This record gives sequence, C-alpha cells and structure tokens, in this order.
Amino acid sequence: MSPLRVAAAAGAVVLALVLQVSFFSHLAWEGIVPNLCLLVVVGAALTRGPQFAAVLGFCAGLALDLAPPADHVAGRWALALAVVGYVAGRVRREGRPTAGTVVATVAASSFVGTSVFALTGLILSDPALGIPDLLQTVILSVVWDVVLTPFVLPPVMLMFRRLEPDRSLA
Amino acid sequence: MSRRWGRDPDRDRPKTSVLVALVLASLTLITLDSRTTSPLDPVRRAVGEVFGPAEVATATAVRPFTAVPDWFRSKDSMKQDLLDLQAENSDLRSKIATDDYARNRLAEYDGLTAAAKDLGYSLVPARVVALGPSQSFSRTVTIDAGSKAGLRPDLTVVNDDGLVGRVLRVTRTTATVLLIVDADSVVGGRVGRSMEVGFVTGRGVLGGDGRLDLELVDDTAIPGKGDAVVTWGSQGGGPYVSGVPIGEVTTVYSSLRETAQRAVVDPYVDFGALDLVGVVVPSGTASDRSVIEADGTLR
Repeated sequence: MSPLRVAAAAGAVVLALVLQVSFFSHLAWEGIVPNLCLLVVVGAALTRGPQFAAVLGFCAGLALDLAPPADHVAGRWALALAVVGYVAGRVRREGRPTAGTVVATVAASSFVGTSVFALTGLILSDPALGIPDLLQTVILSVVWDVVLTPFVLPPVMLMFRRLEPDRSLA
Repeated sequence: MSRRWGRDPDRDRPKTSVLVALVLASLTLITLDSRTTSPLDPVRRAVGEVFGPAEVATATAVRPFTAVPDWFRSKDSMKQDLLDLQAENSDLRSKIATDDYARNRLAEYDGLTAAAKDLGYSLVPARVVALGPSQSFSRTVTIDAGSKAGLRPDLTVVNDDGLVGRVLRVTRTTATVLLIVDADSVVGGRVGRSMEVGFVTGRGVLGGDGRLDLELVDDTAIPGKGDAVVTWGSQGGGPYVSGVPIGEVTTVYSSLRETAQRAVVDPYVDFGALDLVGVVVPSGTASDRSVIEADGTLR
C-alpha cells in the first residue's frame, strides 16, 4: 500500500467528515444529514474489495467517533462502518458495477451501518431512545444517502480505481 | 478448499480475520470509552485540535451561501409577517390589559430580566460551526470558541432566546456543546410562576418537534399551561447558571404509575437554526475576543 493511496483515502474521509458536520448541517432534514463517510467507504468497497474497505471503514468510523461535535461512546461508528466496508466489499464482482448495483449497495450499506450504530446505542443505552425514533432516523438516512449517491460515488470510485494497482487487469 | 470463495482465490477471498480484528478493536474502544473517566479523552481532544479548525474554516466558507434562501423571500411574505406580528402584538396587549394572571406573569418576567442582569456574568460570543448528525443520536454542536477564548467544560451556553446547552469539552479553538434537547441532558428547572423546582430532560429530537419534559419534585404542584420555565442553577454557576429562560409549558399530565407531575416544555430556542450563541463566563475572564459584560457593554 503506497503512501499516496493512504493519503488519498485519508483525505477523502476528512473532507467527507468536515462537509458532513459543517456544510450539510444547513440542509439537514429532521437533523439527519447524508453520511458522506459511509459513501466513501462503500465507494472503496466497490472498487477495492472487503479487506481494504473494512480497514478504511474502521478508520473513518473512528474519526466520526472522536472528531467534534461527537459525544457518543467511541468505537460505535468504527464498528458500524467496518461491518459496512466488509459487507459492501463482498458485493463487488469482476468488472465495473452497474449504476443499479451501486445504488442498491449504498441503500443496503446505509441501512446496515445506521442500524448497527443504533443497535449498539440500544445495548449501551447511549442515549435511551425508542424503536420508532430509531427506525425513522434509519429510513431517512437511507433516503439521504441514496439521493447523494450520484454525486459522491462516481468521483470516489474513480479515485480509488485510478489508485488501484495493476493486478485488477491481470 | 482455497477456491471456496470465488473464481480467483487470491483476489476474492475476503480475509475474515481482518474483520474479526476490527470488530474486536471496536468493542475494546467501546468498553474503554464507556467508563466514566474515559482514557480516550486526550485522544478526543487531539482529534478535535485537528478537525476543529477545519470545521471553523468550512463553516466560514459556506456562511455567505446559507443566507441565500433569505434573499428570495418576497416583499409580500415580509408584509404578511408584519401583519401577523402586528396582530400578535395587539392580541398580547389586550391580554395584558384584561388578564390579571397575565399581568402577574409579566411582572415575573421583569423580575427575571432584572435577576439576569444582576448575575454578574459575562458572555463570550461564538458561532455554531458544526452540528452533530441525527444518525449519531446525540444532539451536540461545535462552536468556534475554545480555551483561548476563556472557555472550559461545564459552562452555560445561551442565545438571545434562552438556554442552549452546556460546554462538554474544549480544544484550543473550538468547544463541543451538549444541547438541552439531547436525550442525555438534564437541567434543573423552575416554574417561573409557582417557583416549584423540577428537572427538564431532552427527548433527543431536533427541529419543530424538539420538546422537553419537565418533572416536578413536588407531586402536588401542578404547572400551568403557558408557564415559563427557567434554570435554577447550581453552586458556583456550573454547569447551568440560574434564571436563564428554558421554555414554556404546553401540556401537563400526571401518570398514575409515577408519582411526579409531568409537563411538556416547548423550548424558546429554535435548535434547528442555531447560529450565534453566548457562553456564560465569570466576569473578568481573559479572552481572545470581545466579551459582552453583564451591563451590555463590550470589553
């Protein structure tokens, strides 16, 4: 893994996180914003496979857990996004995924990611919220993530594909 | 055996061990951070020092564009606003003239304002630069004032409408604020009219439905609809100073199962549109910016 690839992945995650909390908060819908970090992880999963995406998901989740204004128990987004990276990476097949596959993967990943995060919250009572509130949040965030997919996934996947070693052509 | 996972074993076989390791690492972090004095606090602060300035820069860059929707408000809609406000104003004026109860309440508001002036605290102005996403289920914001501006944890944050929240942690240039609508937030509240004390808890909902729950300590006291709720504050003014307006009682109900009276409080602050806030600091705090003194002057 070259330093350039690590730097590009880290840069994408940092940019996604900062835009998510500082820019999209103005467009929030019931306080829910598109989870750009999750979209970056899914983009990595579809181009680079489960192993890389799970590690990237863990790091992106850790940033979400620790960067202000986060106040939940650290490790919850790390767990959720590592699982998302792994699961979305398993979808990847030979060749380029079709647009339909990408949208379906994003929807499924967003559902899985937000649900894993919500479930860890239920277990830890952090904070104690009811199931209807959780469900509404999960559904709205899936909608947001799917809406943002056409704008975020193509550049992210292009970036990871450009940085991919030549073995994909072998 | 090695071809179990797909056509090309070197490429498609996922390393399950990686996922297991990451899950275990996450669980370790969760366990460590669940303790009351978290060993991750220094890490949080270090990450905040990096991300904080980035958030401030981004918020500053997008601020001119967030005002754009206001430009498109037509003169007609403003005229309608003016008419609405005039109607509301005359309605309120007639209520004050006719209603003894309302007149009493007005006197109490005046008292509260006077009390707020006498507190002897100063305000450090700050702007909200980042809002925690609802997917994280905690209602927190980042503001662009930190330890350099004289902030420290457990300070009260207000805006021109009322109580916003309290400072959770600070970095050099930013601070994280827990909003009172967060489900983990508990504020000592006092009903302005009867002086009964209770606890105001958040529901974790932002925006128009962002209500608070008030539970009075004395189960015989019944808060009235429309009563103002203010903070009762604690020793040394932390985390909440006393006498800051929180909201207005909208519904009162008593449950048979629980002994206390419960009321729903509509907060004065619109948490969906937070921008300029003030952090209550002791008078004379050294700060990197102008501080608003208790008498309204800038220092």
